[in-house]
Amino acid sequence: MSHLLEVRDLEVKFALRFGDITAIDGASFKLDRGEKLGLVGESGAGKSVTGFSIINLISKPGYISKGKVLFEGKEISSYSDEQMRKIRGNSISMIFQDPMMTLNPVFTIGFQMVETIQAHRNISKAGAEKIALEKLKKVHIPSPEQRLSQYPHELSGGMRQRIIIAVSLLTDPAIIIADEPTTALDVTIQAEIMDLLQELCASDNMALILITHDLGVVSQVTEKIAVMYAGKIIEYGPTDQVVTYPVHPYTEGLIKSIPGNVVNPGEDLVQIPGMMPTLTNIPPGCAFNPRCYLRQAVCTKTTPELKDVGNSVMAACHMRYKGDGRTNQ
Amino acid sequence: MTKLQKFKESYFLYSFKRDKVAIGSFLILVTLLMLAITAPWIAPMNPYDAENIDIMNSEIPPMWSEGGESVYPLGTDNMGRDMFSTMLYGLRTSMIIAGGAVLLQATLGILVGLTAGYFGGRTDAFLMRMADIQFSFPYLMVAIFIGAIFQVVFGIGSYERLAVPLLIVIIGLAEWPMYARTIRASVIGEVNKEYVEAARVIGLSRPTIMIRHVLPNSLTSVMVISTIQVANAVMSEAALSYLGLGMPVTTPSLGSLIRSGFEFIFSGSWWITVFPGIWLILFVLVINLLGDWLRDVLNPKLYKG
Amino acid sequence: MFAFIIRRILQAILVMLVISLVGFSIKNSIGDPVRDLVGERVTPKERAAMAEKLGLNDPFSTQYVRFLKNALHGDLGTSFIYRKPALEVILKHAPATIELVLGSALIIVIFSLPLGMYTALKPRSLFSRFVMGFSTLGVSVPVFLTAIGFIYLFAVTWHVLPSYGRGETVDLFGNGYWQTGFLTIDGLKHLILPCISLASIMMPLFIRLIRSEMMEVLETEYIKYARAKGLSPMRIWFVHAFKNTLLPVVTVFGIQIGIMFAFTILTETVFQWQGMGFMFLDAVQRADISLLIAYLVVVGSVFVIVNTVVDVMYGFINPTVRVAGTK
Repeated sequence: MSHLLEVRDLEVKFALRFGDITAIDGASFKLDRGEKLGLVGESGAGKSVTGFSIINLISKPGYISKGKVLFEGKEISSYSDEQMRKIRGNSISMIFQDPMMTLNPVFTIGFQMVETIQAHRNISKAGAEKIALEKLKKVHIPSPEQRLSQYPHELSGGMRQRIIIAVSLLTDPAIIIADEPTTALDVTIQAEIMDLLQELCASDNMALILITHDLGVVSQVTEKIAVMYAGKIIEYGPTDQVVTYPVHPYTEGLIKSIPGNVVNPGEDLVQIPGMMPTLTNIPPGCAFNPRCYLRQAVCTKTTPELKDVGNSVMAACHMRYKGDGRTNQ
Repeated sequence: MTKLQKFKESYFLYSFKRDKVAIGSFLILVTLLMLAITAPWIAPMNPYDAENIDIMNSEIPPMWSEGGESVYPLGTDNMGRDMFSTMLYGLRTSMIIAGGAVLLQATLGILVGLTAGYFGGRTDAFLMRMADIQFSFPYLMVAIFIGAIFQVVFGIGSYERLAVPLLIVIIGLAEWPMYARTIRASVIGEVNKEYVEAARVIGLSRPTIMIRHVLPNSLTSVMVISTIQVANAVMSEAALSYLGLGMPVTTPSLGSLIRSGFEFIFSGSWWITVFPGIWLILFVLVINLLGDWLRDVLNPKLYKG
Repeated sequence: MFAFIIRRILQAILVMLVISLVGFSIKNSIGDPVRDLVGERVTPKERAAMAEKLGLNDPFSTQYVRFLKNALHGDLGTSFIYRKPALEVILKHAPATIELVLGSALIIVIFSLPLGMYTALKPRSLFSRFVMGFSTLGVSVPVFLTAIGFIYLFAVTWHVLPSYGRGETVDLFGNGYWQTGFLTIDGLKHLILPCISLASIMMPLFIRLIRSEMMEVLETEYIKYARAKGLSPMRIWFVHAFKNTLLPVVTVFGIQIGIMFAFTILTETVFQWQGMGFMFLDAVQRADISLLIAYLVVVGSVFVIVNTVVDVMYGFINPTVRVAGTK
């Protein structure tokens, strides 16, 4: 049976003047209808690039060098730009990070919503406006009729992100990819936006890929999680399992560093020492080895592969594979 | 590591070596500079010296045309001067004026820009208002106007005698706001940075902070606009001279040479206009090409009008 | 918005005051109003009497206020060469210059928009490189050389276009004020070379400006978002990127129109075009201070008005400025 979305061994490279660098190195994951997946990692880990490569919209000079993206069983990673356009914003919608920059400042909200529908459906302006209104109501925007004639700068950041969510709903997509949808917003609004996304996924049976650096948010929203480090997925599995019993030392560190999660009030937060390497100087072996408290000789020599470590979790760590590939949990 | 070594390993030199256009422009520019500097020694004749000039030799075409003479490789102008020599001297004059004018602009502009950017408040508002008002007029028009006033004040006779310093002053006065605005913009960017705060905390005086710390950090943008300004100054000088507000025909710059040649273009003596024209375009073009390259390499945030 | 317009107008008035002060100071120190009125053949005694009558012995401020008052009534002094009010002389020459600037502006808009956009969208294509190379060459050629080159080729060598003057003109409003060259074949023929020459200096600048603005816009998040929405490239380029590119370009265009007036002095000299620039040089050569100052004030006002109008217009088309009210 085919999955709604399947990413197989995806590799993305950036062609730079002094040669190509690998931004994503063999990422694989699956998504079913109505399922919610969290892509977690520090900035620069490659999670946004992964999100954009699904709809083949990586900024130049990036390109997909290997692997496949299958949507409803069809290999969309080999589609032409024209074919891909019928999927972008139609079956797969995206929500960008900064709502202040996402909407074109010189066009009204209505204009930008109507053109999106008209790009994918053969529909009159009045008909498109009706859909737009309906979706604005769905994201709980007060006085939606008025919004259509407003310009983006007349609205607050939280309001704009709601509008963008409404835009992404216009064509009833099967998947929404949300790239750090709350990072640029105030904390109070962050929770509202996350609640809204969850509510919409439930009501419309939409799948969600939530890209974020905030493990706390992911653990509350998604069913599945993929942790990325230096361009690789290093742990992948059901959210509750990964959050409760992290296998990879990096995931472990991430979870321990969430305030109020593991540590008691008054105690210091756990920090992972050091910094994630830049893509141009990834250390040999396991990319995490210089920061890892479990490091052994093997870690600096061979790169660990993502292997089944039990309880449907996959992890890439030499120290945590046991015998037949199972951990000792 | 010595400065030379540092320079040898810099990105600046690296990208220069890779850019053929930049290398070519640089070589041509250096050649032109050398020619201008050594003009009195290498020119076959001194076109400024009336004794060398014989009106009987006027309008001789270049040596490869019919009627040309090998003594005058590029022909002679309407006064019987060797074109090649006159062009060397003309280039020299144009360079002196452009260089002087840019130095003057830079000095004025940097002083005003530093003062405005550092003191802020009313000083800044006043100085920048002034710069803005002047900036809203095209520099060429300002230059022409100042030139016109100077010519009326000094009378044509003395104006021609004092033409070089006057042109320096005219072009300098006409274009300083560009420097002032650029410097101010980068000073304002720098002043709020922590190193300035730190310098203030350890008790350095304002002028010291300005000159030792802030100014060096603004120099990138100064370098980039300087190339544009030199090109502009050369063009302004040529324009002023073409209009008869610049160098007199007796000691011509490239602009006045073109002006004097224009009358003869209808009678077929194209070389009096064309050669100085090509000379002038070549000079400005290589400066512009180098400027483009420099802007790409240094990529400073320039003040956007 | 209202406050914004008022502020811009106040600023414009301030600038005009500064210009008039500069103009008056020059006139006051080097001009000779007596000569302007009665010529040079008067006795010193008559001169002194005239000076007293004209109030030339009053304090500077009194004279300046009088100058301002007169200027507001359209009296900018008397031209010595033409023996007529300076403003009238300038207005008489204005249509020729305006037609020259209009023609060039038209050429610039027609060519620089498509070329600028093309070079931004296809920066690596051969044609784009050619255009960019040509524009670098273009900014390095002084306008009078372009003009001379055209004259040499089209007038002297090929005899296809006239080399000087405005040719046959038609009286536009029937009152003798506006002689237009746009309505006769001969007039249009005479316009071609001067307009192209004048346009040639601004064209490279606009191609580069439009190109760099467009490239900057194409890098923005909202363009990426537009692609993520599945819009067609045509729509992204010609609707989304186009409007955002045009906003700053409109502003610069307004200012550049002013700069074109400076270059008309050169163009008009080469083509002996009887416009304001030609008149200005004539006034310089014959030391007609009153006419010079009048020219300064008139051209200054044109600049200030154009700049103000462009700013206000920008405020109307750019929604961000419109509501914020301030810039």
